[in-house]
Amino acid sequence: MTSLLDDLLNGLALGAVYALVALGFVVIFKASGVINFAQGSLLLFGGYLTAVLHDDLGFAGALAVAVLATALLAGALDRLLLQRGEPDPRMAHVQTIVTIGVDIVLLTDLSRRIGGDLLSLGDPWGDSVVTLGSVTVADSRLAAIAVSAVAIAAVFALFRFTPWGLSLRAAAEDTEAAALMGVRLSRVRMLAWCLAGALAALAAVFLAAFPAPGLERTTGQIALKAFPAAILGGMASPPGALAGSLLIGLTEALVAGHQSDLHVLGEGFGDVAPYAVMVLVLLVRPTGLFGAKGAARV
Amino acid sequence: MSDRRYLKPAAAVALALVLCLPPFYLDAFWLRIGLFSVAAAIGAVGLSLLSGTAGQLSLGHAFFLAVGAYGYTWLAGDPGPGLPTALAAVLAVLLAGVAGGLFSPVAGRLRGVYLGVATLALVFLGHHLLLTADSVTGGFNGRSVPPLTLGGFGFTADDPELTVLGVPFGAEERLWFLGLALFGLTWFTARGLLRSRPGRALAALRDSETAAAVMGVDVARYRSAAFVVSSMYAGLAGVLLALAFRRVVPDYFSLALSVDYLAMIVIGGLGSVAGATAGAVFVTALPLLMTRYADQLPLVATPGTEDGGVGPTEAARYLYGAAIVVILLYAPDGLHGLARRVRARLRPHPAPAEQTPASTVPSAPAVRPKEHTP
Repeated sequence: MTSLLDDLLNGLALGAVYALVALGFVVIFKASGVINFAQGSLLLFGGYLTAVLHDDLGFAGALAVAVLATALLAGALDRLLLQRGEPDPRMAHVQTIVTIGVDIVLLTDLSRRIGGDLLSLGDPWGDSVVTLGSVTVADSRLAAIAVSAVAIAAVFALFRFTPWGLSLRAAAEDTEAAALMGVRLSRVRMLAWCLAGALAALAAVFLAAFPAPGLERTTGQIALKAFPAAILGGMASPPGALAGSLLIGLTEALVAGHQSDLHVLGEGFGDVAPYAVMVLVLLVRPTGLFGAKGAARV
Repeated sequence: MSDRRYLKPAAAVALALVLCLPPFYLDAFWLRIGLFSVAAAIGAVGLSLLSGTAGQLSLGHAFFLAVGAYGYTWLAGDPGPGLPTALAAVLAVLLAGVAGGLFSPVAGRLRGVYLGVATLALVFLGHHLLLTADSVTGGFNGRSVPPLTLGGFGFTADDPELTVLGVPFGAEERLWFLGLALFGLTWFTARGLLRSRPGRALAALRDSETAAAVMGVDVARYRSAAFVVSSMYAGLAGVLLALAFRRVVPDYFSLALSVDYLAMIVIGGLGSVAGATAGAVFVTALPLLMTRYADQLPLVATPGTEDGGVGPTEAARYLYGAAIVVILLYAPDGLHGLARRVRARLRPHPAPAEQTPASTVPSAPAVRPKEHTP
């Protein structure tokens, strides 16, 4: 039994990391209509690069290289494998399956390299904690909240204030009209994938930091929990992804914190509670909390 | 045209006869691959009805497979009512349908990606349930599956002893014929459904929900019904898989399995029964074959040598992932579309008047959105 404040802080930190991944899903979905199943292995790729490079480049250098490399990989993936021929929104489901194939290849290769090891990312926070009044928090969790907040603010600023952000929003609103107005859809798309890749690599750091033991080959599966987060908020809504992630993070932390009171639901219910919450929310709001209803035209 | 009318049934009978041959010529390894492929094909046809025809994305197929497999095991098993196995199998399929029906408040309202991720919840909640309810499911270690008995004839190695044409019929041989019979049932019911009024209604629903509703299609009802039918096919596939594996464990029914089924129907070509079957065979058999023969491929290390080389299992995964990517890059409309294009190219060109529409087919690789049933 932990105190409520502990759970809330843990939930906030967890939610912040989910938000990084969920935002990646949303950006990609907005730009290309594809659900990126390879997000988890992109995350693992970023984490693996950081782990391998941090001895030579230091943590900051390794992270920078990893973020850049993952962004490039995601962009290349979109450009070389998904964007073939004329852009056609009907192809989105086929491209979604292509990302499954890519995920299988990437994950197999990374799993082979990582093996059964636990890789340290060499992050500066280690296992130190701070005590604020009655609450003890790991430094890494505070860092997760702070860094995610900055990164998310930066992404929102990108949406709002840059020409690319404007193009992305226009393309998501009406692809054809945007193309006629001179928006280069393929470039907008590719940049969206790059951004999602960078966010995934960043998220990997906090998923592998204390209290987690390190980067393992299953770390990428966390990306699956960002699915309900992205859906809860409404798949095409970045603020929704944020709200959904916090809700999922808090749910998971609270359920895990009160495990002993909830034992009727079984051991480890905290891991699946996000999905239960998601189904309940979707029953009431079928397009998510912030999802647009959308008028149908025949 | 009277000779053409008999062509299709004749081809079907010939194919059925050919499919009866493997037990006499192939060993148990191949029969098991075939059996898994047939079971997967039944499940994939169900998913194809839902996702390809009705246009509802589902990632929850593994859950309904699990309901079928565990339903049969529990209903026929010792901790459980211990019903006659044939009855248990039928009830397990119905149980999967009921599970799909219980999900209909969600399935009837959600669409597209939202439904896809909502069904993701089924897999995770189901997996949790399988681990937790160990009095029914056996927990993490699963349960062994009681063999099926039909009127005194057991689908086991020696109950009764059976030798056909000098070939001893063990469990694999017997289950192969059971699988074929069930697959035949699936094939005809699914094609019948697709070409009947409900099938047309579902296709209309996929193409435009509003238009379908205006034409008098009860949207929520048909969407839920598609979900129920698809779950029942999944349940049947689950029963067959349980019989083939002889043991059910929770970890088999994971998200990866759902994703495999999704890959099957897209690789096969959405909305086509034949395509779903081809995709199922491809996705099921490829990793098994690769694992078996990977050591004969170049660059593959023999298992056990820890020199960081690529093991056979990994090589199989690489090739499987790469195959998905390559097939969809060059045939976005799946194997079914590929076959149709090849057929169109091979067909001797008829009279020039008919030629124009046919000759455009090979040069148009894009997915046809409003393609109807096969």
